[in-house]
Amino acid sequence: MTDKPVKVFSLSTCSHCKSTKRLLDECTVKYEFVDVDLLDGDERKAILEDVKKFNPRCSFPTVVIGDDVIVGYKEDKIKEALGL
Amino acid sequence: MDATELYGKLKKIHEAKGYYFSDDHQRVMELLEALLINKDRYGYMACPCRLASGDRESDRDIICPCEYREPDVAEFGSCYCNLYVSKAWNDGTIDREYVPERRPPEKMGL
Repeated sequence: MTDKPVKVFSLSTCSHCKSTKRLLDECTVKYEFVDVDLLDGDERKAILEDVKKFNPRCSFPTVVIGDDVIVGYKEDKIKEALGL
Repeated sequence: MDATELYGKLKKIHEAKGYYFSDDHQRVMELLEALLINKDRYGYMACPCRLASGDRESDRDIICPCEYREPDVAEFGSCYCNLYVSKAWNDGTIDREYVPERRPPEKMGL
């Protein structure tokens, strides 16, 4: 199991984001997430600047596992980055 | 309107055009509920898998069914969200690939 930090930039309404969180939960991985659609104004802008650094398209989910960035719900790549 | 009503209404309209709801019923219902959340939130059914700006004009291309559904279903057999799919996707005669985002990033006002 990885000890790398895991961060998910997600939307509360997005099916791929839900699948990603479900997968991480099933793998009992600790992760932080932020649902960007629930943020407004400056808070949203600031988070989008962060997302853009990892994924210039700013699509969701953007999953950051250590130095790996996985865009979209890609089960194999997420598991690989987690060392599973 | 609830998600079940929306299901019945949209199924009729879109199946006639060759777009089917995915056979993953739970996911479809989740997406329909998300569309209703966005309707409450923004006044229109913005795509649940994309970040809406809240401005109808800027979000016009991602109001469901989005402008990208047609090319996505033609190329991958599914729209970006996996809500609408082709018959071949449901029949399992094509691979179910992850559909990449086709919307140009500049449309997001970034």
